Amino acid sequence: MRNELRKFIIDNFLFGRDSVGFSDDDSFLEKSLIDSSGVLELVGFLEETYDIAVRDHELVPENLDSINKLLRYLAMKSTEDKEDRLAARAVS
Amino acid sequence: MQLEQFLENSARSDDRKTALIVQGRRLSYGDLDRQSNRMARALAAAGICRGDRVVICLENTAEAVVSIFAALKAGSVFALVSPASRAETLCAIVKDSGASALIIEATKLNSVQQNLRNLPLKAVFPAIEPILNSAIFAADPLPTQTIDLDLAALIYTSGSTGSPKGVMLTHLNMVSAATSIAAYLKNTSDDVIMNVLPLSHGYGLYQILTAFKVGASVILERGFTYPAAILNRMREEKATGLPLIPTMSAILSRMDLAAWDLSSLRYITNAGDAFPLHHISRIRQLLPDVELYSMYGLTECQRVSYLPPDQIDVRPNSVGRGIPNQEFFIVDDGGNRLQRGTTGELVVRGSHVMKGYWEMPEETERVLRQGPFPWEKALYTGDLFRMDEEGYLYFVGRKDHVIKTRGEKVHPKEIENILYTLPGIVEAAVVGVPDEVLGHSIKAIVVTEAAVQLTEEDVLRHCATHLEDFKVPQCVEFRARLPKTQNGKIARRELARKAEAA
Repeated sequence: MRNELRKFIIDNFLFGRDSVGFSDDDSFLEKSLIDSSGVLELVGFLEETYDIAVRDHELVPENLDSINKLLRYLAMKSTEDKEDRLAARAVS
Repeated sequence: MQLEQFLENSARSDDRKTALIVQGRRLSYGDLDRQSNRMARALAAAGICRGDRVVICLENTAEAVVSIFAALKAGSVFALVSPASRAETLCAIVKDSGASALIIEATKLNSVQQNLRNLPLKAVFPAIEPILNSAIFAADPLPTQTIDLDLAALIYTSGSTGSPKGVMLTHLNMVSAATSIAAYLKNTSDDVIMNVLPLSHGYGLYQILTAFKVGASVILERGFTYPAAILNRMREEKATGLPLIPTMSAILSRMDLAAWDLSSLRYITNAGDAFPLHHISRIRQLLPDVELYSMYGLTECQRVSYLPPDQIDVRPNSVGRGIPNQEFFIVDDGGNRLQRGTTGELVVRGSHVMKGYWEMPEETERVLRQGPFPWEKALYTGDLFRMDEEGYLYFVGRKDHVIKTRGEKVHPKEIENILYTLPGIVEAAVVGVPDEVLGHSIKAIVVTEAAVQLTEEDVLRHCATHLEDFKVPQCVEFRARLPKTQNGKIARRELARKAEAA
């Protein structure tokens, strides 16, 4: 997953260059890798690849602004999904 | 009146009033006034004199705002450059303006140091916080001889050749524009304006100027990348004003804004590019009580027109009527005034009209020409408009081929020049394709040598290496040949028209 995310960032925001050499903790914003249309591309990729729905209120740097933040966010989303499914089962 | 008096007067009337909310800090008018006095003294101590140019290359920070007013208080002329600019762009501006001082973030300085050699800078300030927050320099104002006909700023915009042009603005120009804008937006000291637009652009800079004129507060953020974070800040700070460009309204109109309490929001403005109709109707739906101002302007005078909010549902595709204290008319190619309903070039006269482009007399003569009076130069905007029977303006198009993308002006020529440096490319034309989010996306149409296999990624990577991000095309089309004019030139107009209609 980490490598997938890195590849997406490199392919889409660095146009294949890895020369900037950003780390998994580097802020996309601080490194000027991403702008508002870039975030939309990133969200599209996350939703498609990991089958999640990114909510409007989740469009904050705490969730999306580095590789490590993305990994934490995706982990949180998958637990949320599991809980949702369990809750749905309990109701039915 | 001098521009720095906006800050000084607001500090005098309420020293403790919040002027800036930035990165978790709140700075009062008094704080900013004293800090900029210190920085002005630091500039003077470094030999910066009246009329000297000071280039400021900082993000949207308190230090950037302090630097602007410090430059003015030292009698000098400020020029803001986005830190996202490439080293070449920054150095071209330092060189073009003949700057005596450069205020820049330390990390950015490291990456441009090489390029700055051989430039006649008297002083470089890589970190100004120690100057602002200590008693090295006194916090009382320097005596100044500035009059309102002196230059206050150079705002750099890309020229027709793609090289940057410095728009020369006097104190009178900027005070006039800010006064008119604050008047029609009905700004007061109760306003709290959320500004994510870069201060290096007129639209972003004027958020500070108009707010400081009336003693309002500005929340300064570094862009709209994470919209939920911006909306959270607006809710917390009870923002009353939100300036937008279409790229931002595209994002907002897709969001479920009901999740945020934005009941304090009084107005939204749009500038930078035409306000798309479906963004208007969506925002009207989401925020029915917010006043929407659709506006038009250009760096050369900052603002020309605004649509009064009560007209947005009546004529949503109009950019409205003239701002206060200004006159405009629509002329044909011979400079004759046209009747209402006819399309022609917009000409503007007013005390906000620039003095010209810095050290570019020919470019200046092209846009500042005699208008109705022999004793005055009027601004020929190069933009085509028509006016309806009631005097409302409708934007038709630009006289030249500039592509507006993400609120930035991009000249096809500059990108084409870079494309031609990639081995294998024999012909290239760059056109704008209407795009909901970007305003226009950039499309490169190229012809390659038969023996060369280039991919879209090859071309984009090459562009990304040599151009600012916003100038990198979104797509590349490979063709066997490009249409030509009778003179054998690439038929750019035809390509552009087809792309626009696509």
